[in-house]
Amino acid sequence: MYLKKLTLCLTALFLAPLSFSAWDDINMTPGVNAIAQEIFGLHMTIFWICVVIGTLVLGFMIFLIIKYRKKEGVEPADFDDNPKLELTWTILFALILVGMAIPATSTMIKAYDDEEGDINILITGHQWKWQYEYMEDEVSFFSNLKTSLDARNNIAPKTETYLLEVDEPLVIPVNKRVRFLITANDVIHSWWVPDFAVKQDAIPGFINTAWTFVDEPGVYRGQCTELCGVYHGYMPIVVKAVSDSDYKDFIQGKRDLKAQQALLTEKLWETDELFAIGEEVYLKNCVACHQVNGAGIPPVFPALAGSEIVMNDKGRQVEILMEGVQGAAMQSYAEQLTEVEIAAVITYTRKAWGNDAGGDGEIVVPKEILDYKNNKL
Amino acid sequence: MSAVIEGHHDDHHHHGPAKGISRWLFTTNHKDIGSLYLWFSFIMLFIGGAMAMVIRAELFEPGSQIVSPEFYNQMVTNHGLIMVFGVIMPAFVGFANWLVPMQIGAPDMALPRLNNLSFWILPAAFGVLIATFFMEGGAPNFGWTFYAPLSTEYAPPTVTYFIFAVHIMGASSIMGSINVITTILNMRAPGMTLMKMPLFVWTWLITAYLLIAVMPVLAGAVTMMLMDIHFGTSFFKAGGGGDPVLFQHVFWFFGHPEVYIMILPAFGIVSHIIETFSRKPIFGYESMVYAIASIALLSFVVWAHHMFTVGMPIAGELFFMYSTMLIAIPTGVKVFNWLSTMFKGSLTFETPMLFAIAFVALFTIGGLSGIMLAIAPADFQYHDTYFVVAHFHYVLVPGALFSIIAGVYYWLPKWTGYMYDESMGKTHFWLSFVSVNLTFFPMHFVGLAGMPRRIPDYAMQFADYNMIVSVGAFLFGLSQLLFLYVVLKAIFYGKKATGQVWEGAKGLEWTLDSPPAYHTFETPPNLESGEAKA
Amino acid sequence: MSSIRKSVSKLFLATVGMFLFGFALVPLYDVFCEITGLNGKVTGPTFSEYENVGNREIKIIFTTTNNDDMPWVFDSLKSQMRVKTGEQNLLNYVFTNTTNKPMIAQAIPSVSPGKGAQYFHKTECFCFEQQFLEPGESITIPLKFVIDPDLPKDISSLALGYTLFDITKDLVQKQASN
Repeated sequence: MYLKKLTLCLTALFLAPLSFSAWDDINMTPGVNAIAQEIFGLHMTIFWICVVIGTLVLGFMIFLIIKYRKKEGVEPADFDDNPKLELTWTILFALILVGMAIPATSTMIKAYDDEEGDINILITGHQWKWQYEYMEDEVSFFSNLKTSLDARNNIAPKTETYLLEVDEPLVIPVNKRVRFLITANDVIHSWWVPDFAVKQDAIPGFINTAWTFVDEPGVYRGQCTELCGVYHGYMPIVVKAVSDSDYKDFIQGKRDLKAQQALLTEKLWETDELFAIGEEVYLKNCVACHQVNGAGIPPVFPALAGSEIVMNDKGRQVEILMEGVQGAAMQSYAEQLTEVEIAAVITYTRKAWGNDAGGDGEIVVPKEILDYKNNKL
Repeated sequence: MSAVIEGHHDDHHHHGPAKGISRWLFTTNHKDIGSLYLWFSFIMLFIGGAMAMVIRAELFEPGSQIVSPEFYNQMVTNHGLIMVFGVIMPAFVGFANWLVPMQIGAPDMALPRLNNLSFWILPAAFGVLIATFFMEGGAPNFGWTFYAPLSTEYAPPTVTYFIFAVHIMGASSIMGSINVITTILNMRAPGMTLMKMPLFVWTWLITAYLLIAVMPVLAGAVTMMLMDIHFGTSFFKAGGGGDPVLFQHVFWFFGHPEVYIMILPAFGIVSHIIETFSRKPIFGYESMVYAIASIALLSFVVWAHHMFTVGMPIAGELFFMYSTMLIAIPTGVKVFNWLSTMFKGSLTFETPMLFAIAFVALFTIGGLSGIMLAIAPADFQYHDTYFVVAHFHYVLVPGALFSIIAGVYYWLPKWTGYMYDESMGKTHFWLSFVSVNLTFFPMHFVGLAGMPRRIPDYAMQFADYNMIVSVGAFLFGLSQLLFLYVVLKAIFYGKKATGQVWEGAKGLEWTLDSPPAYHTFETPPNLESGEAKA
Repeated sequence: MSSIRKSVSKLFLATVGMFLFGFALVPLYDVFCEITGLNGKVTGPTFSEYENVGNREIKIIFTTTNNDDMPWVFDSLKSQMRVKTGEQNLLNYVFTNTTNKPMIAQAIPSVSPGKGAQYFHKTECFCFEQQFLEPGESITIPLKFVIDPDLPKDISSLALGYTLFDITKDLVQKQASN
């Protein structure tokens, strides 16, 4: 099977540049807005100049190799310089470079535009997820990789959007100037969406700006492009550009959801219900480090199965979920998960993997998380 | 490499080498130390290469393959560190040790004992680095560029050993450079003016100055890291008033000249090989020297082109874009000079020449993609993708590494006194040439299509080309085993080489026997008699 | 071989010099940042009364971020304001230590776009000093600022971001190593 695939690949390698449909797979995306298209045009200009120079140099080299191979009775020349010729080509190089610098400078100036944005979104890079905060509407959420661990471990099939799919995409309106304020919470990340030609480092303690203006509704995908630790390859970016009215609905929906979640904490919860939700939350947020079977990857990621805290110290477990652990990879989930989700995932870990039998088996209900939050304030 | 032979065959020399292991531990002979450096580099090539194989096996297909993401990051980091500091740099120092004294007609390096020390601390440094794999928390995993705060507050505990190792490597390079400069400035044979020096000596003189200028800065950077980690300072901690971006500036202030440290000696080696096999003097010797010097000077004012996306003001972006583009001029001059050397020559294509020609051709490709990367707005799309990986591998593998291989084939008969097997050398060349392109050329495509670097798994649209890259890489890795075989075969079963070795070779080293006596040029050669023109 | 000794000592001095230069890059970088506005580093209060206030209106976005596991509640009362250049403005920030131990925090400001940083004058700012809060304690501190009327015309909006760092441990470590 590999052999067949390989033959296919090799054929593709040599044919790809010729066939139009494969062009997208091997070249920069033209992008979906003016500045991205401008950068694409610049890229192609420079690319073709380089191809011409490269072809001339390599062609000349092949000519030399064929023409001047050693022959009987032909003596090599013995000249060793030609100042005029050397000066000529030095000037020629300089002219070519000036020719490249002019369009590059004009594109650069266009990319640096500090006009006010219609919508301002604060993007915060976390190990290993993105947080989006709509400054005008006070809506904030996290965006996690959606691809399942099974797909990554070759157990489940891989979809078209393998590793490029998230649970909550960033939604922006079309035909609006969207400004991104980019920062990070821990290490340096970099927010890249090729279709917008936006790549901006997210640096802890600093904010950087980038902007985009999209005309076409659509889904645009990107990835983190600065090595940010173990799961650097698993924090994609998905941006959904929608019509203005859809955007308003989205914001309203987010607000309603917040209100609903507040109500849910009042509800009377069954253990099974919490366990089911908790399992889902666990699989999405916790398995990367603590593993499906709760065994963790000690010493960096401690085991939850059989853990003293998880079995018998409910108070401390809530505290860990809410505050994170200083100096360890465990972060605070107070902002990322709802009260219901936190209560559910704690309940799940206290019931799963035999922790139920080994410990006090107490569950946590959403109200307790809410109280914890309120007590803090 | 001569060492093995000399032990058995050189009985007629009066003060030959000491016997046994103490010869190597305590040697102050530039030829012995040169061999040690070259063998060390060769061993590290296989260790760093094995790491590359792990990387390519993991990336063979989408999905998790053979290693965890954590171990993958350790591989990426140590592959980079070992190839840069353990392979390319020591190999060039090995060449310098063997050739600089022989090419300038000096009896040895100026500071022989320092020379011994600067080699022997190197295995110690890499021993420490590799030992981190077996420590708690694992080896360094933050990339060879070790950006703070990933390499400080968020680093595994072994980062302290990493810092220690980098300090030792730096000390080794600095001592080596002091030695090279002192030798070149003070010990040239009478009549050899600076502008008569062989180009390899010139490139090394300038490289050594670069090393002395930037290795201490790297030492400073890792010292600041150490203080941030253990002594509560805040050089790179934003919370204490420091700045993580400052780390990148300091690092690349070292890092960009470092790139030229790894390519300038290659220019020297390739220049000698091309003139020898063209049977024609090198074209534009003076402009070559000026080009090397201006590349070295420019390398100090281009560092921030590695940082176009950190959020620099537009004036900064433009300045670093223009200064980077300027480097294309001296580099282009060098390529044209090599082509002009071949023009109207009488070319033959022995293995060293094949590698040298491949160097010029493929280095040109790497140079052109370098120009593309210099264009700041376009770099927003290229930055930290496989396009960058393709670019720097084109200048470092078919660039620096090919020049090293070419140099080994070219001088091996001189060093050992035995000829390598020409047809096997050619086989090695063609395998390497095809596989190196199969490995690194498709990386341009996946990079442009949007694959970020340093990721252990990737989206489906990159699958086909990654498989080709992996196959190419495995082939390239295997081809280098053939190289080892060719070298060993030459040493043990090679045909006796003449002193001249190559018909067109010029320079003082070719006036000596093959292998040269343990001590050479104890009385300086007379350059005026015309026996050797540099 | 005194010429060799001379070369070696010169080169050795150069090495030491370059090592020190590496450290000199730290203050040099700060100067460089101030001149170019690199990274939006904000300088201290440098403010004099502006005569020509002008009536340009600038939109300011205020962001607050908690670094890493900093558990405090840290927020500004408004996330954006429209202000006139040259006028004194005030915005309150709330800090609450939600833990059961005393902690010290430092807020680090950053202005974007970077070249606007030098026109963003803070006359009173909590970022000039560290905040020490007892368990459960909450304080409100005002930020007073003026936007320089000389702000380049092409900038119509600025963002001021604060990141709150927990420096309790660093201070303890520093004291221990002194």
